[in-house]
Amino acid sequence: MKEKIAGIHLSSRTKMIALLVMAAILLILPVTSISRYTLHIIVLCFIYTCLTLSLNLIIGWSGQFSLGHVTFYGMGAYITTLLVMNAGLNFFVATIISVVLVAIFSMILCFPTLNLRGDYLAVVTLGFGEVFRLFITNAVNLTRGPMGIPGIPAPTFFGITISGTEAFYYIIFALMVIFILFMIRLNNSGFGLAMLTVKEDDIAAISLGISPVKYKMWAFVIGGGMAALMGSFYAVYLGTIGPTSFVYNESIKMVSMVVLGGMGSVPGSVIGAFLLTALPEMLRQFSDYRMILYGAAMAIMMIFRPNGIWGIDKRVRNEYKIKAMRGVKNGKSSAS
Amino acid sequence: MEKVLQVRDVSVRFGGLVAVDQVTLDQEKGEILSLIGPNGAGKTTFFNLITGVYKPTDGTIVFKGQDITTMKAAERTRFGIARTFQNIRLIGSMTVLENILIAHPDCNNEKLVPSVLFPRKQQKKRRVIIEQCEELLKIVGLEDMTNELALNLPYGKQRLLEIARGLATNPQLLLLDEPGAGMNSFEKEELTRVIRHITEKMDIDVLIIEHDMKFVMGISDRIVVLDHGSLIAEGKPAEIQTNPKVIEAYLGSGTFEEE
Repeated sequence: MKEKIAGIHLSSRTKMIALLVMAAILLILPVTSISRYTLHIIVLCFIYTCLTLSLNLIIGWSGQFSLGHVTFYGMGAYITTLLVMNAGLNFFVATIISVVLVAIFSMILCFPTLNLRGDYLAVVTLGFGEVFRLFITNAVNLTRGPMGIPGIPAPTFFGITISGTEAFYYIIFALMVIFILFMIRLNNSGFGLAMLTVKEDDIAAISLGISPVKYKMWAFVIGGGMAALMGSFYAVYLGTIGPTSFVYNESIKMVSMVVLGGMGSVPGSVIGAFLLTALPEMLRQFSDYRMILYGAAMAIMMIFRPNGIWGIDKRVRNEYKIKAMRGVKNGKSSAS
Repeated sequence: MEKVLQVRDVSVRFGGLVAVDQVTLDQEKGEILSLIGPNGAGKTTFFNLITGVYKPTDGTIVFKGQDITTMKAAERTRFGIARTFQNIRLIGSMTVLENILIAHPDCNNEKLVPSVLFPRKQQKKRRVIIEQCEELLKIVGLEDMTNELALNLPYGKQRLLEIARGLATNPQLLLLDEPGAGMNSFEKEELTRVIRHITEKMDIDVLIIEHDMKFVMGISDRIVVLDHGSLIAEGKPAEIQTNPKVIEAYLGSGTFEEE
């Protein structure tokens, strides 16, 4: 099977090797003389990759334009932090509880919004994001409001304390790999195909026996849970959280990553997240013109590649069949 | 003969408009039944009542001996009613094969957890699904285009693909909403062959809405005519052709009527 990328034919073996080389480079980076600051930016890239994947499940696979993803991310961070600091729970136990709670919350949230399309849904989810931000800013007794919660203890795992940028670098890298594998397998499954059908045409989906409600709900539940997981790790990684980390700008940033990378695309999510996390940092030397350059880059991209950098036009055709036929010898394959 | 579909006194009202008015009709097992009528007669609305897109205001619909009047649309598909659309509703960004796969009940019902944790274990099942779907593509003559995007197919082939997609849901009754629209005479011959194959070889009953009279007269065992939501005639093609009520509905009465 050969695929054309940027005018060059790449076999799946070449792609595999390229991916492994990239993974190897990322794995040895912390032991090189790389600066703490750069390492921190890469960890942020990992976190945003996971967030973009989870939001892309909602936007790119199930077709629900959500502008409130920061709600799930922030809820995960706050619930975990409060459980660790007030109830004295172990970080990992607290994380599991917070992921489950946020998943349930996403399910409740999506019921009134199931029949909303496009911009209406965007406005409602945006509103939820604001409700959440106002809540954590004003519930001073619980969240210390605008002062935020500092001094979140480092998590311990069977007596081992996890601390330092390097340790979190590896843990969050592993999480990102798991998220990527999860999304690739979901994309190649019948579940993923059914979800894409709902996104493209829910009337056709119903006529094929696919219930749109079910898939729209699962997208919110899984996407919300994934974001909550990242929120929990973000909280212990930084050791401090506050309402300013979860403003609606964050949601917009995640949506930009999804759209720039490519809706409904796993490689696109990774590219979008890395670019839009690293680019503003690299543009720091231009100080005042930074945001202008950032905006211009976005506008130019949308004009010349409206589907995103790695969008739907690069989708591998009949991947379901390719995966099902893998390992079958002499099997007739119509994949070209 | 056994009846696959029994519609009794079905009406649907949208506000003050009666779109379908007390229609009663039966479809026999193994029969190709056609539904004709002028534009706006309520044919597609009638289809939407059978597939569950709309719920009837009055009346009952019995399918395979079970009352399905209150059954949800997606459940009716699983129970054996498939359809195609007047304005083609394929998933353009998916390939020909994927458009069939999403209709296959074993594929679109796949559980997420096993497919994510043990994709290898799914392979055998998936190969069976793919094989069945490719069989269906052979029936409509699209087996060489499995890798093509649906939106790149010519119009006539898109209609055939939609029929194959309906078949993939494993139906007992297939509703075709203007399957011949936009097809040339060569493509219509191919369509006739496919519909005959479906009824004769696959034992699936077909209900057709169509405007092309030559095509309808050639393929139907029986025809029912709707006008302004009511059933005005029913019979063999030859009877319908000479029925004065039908001619009046299509061409007008010929005399100026004062209202």
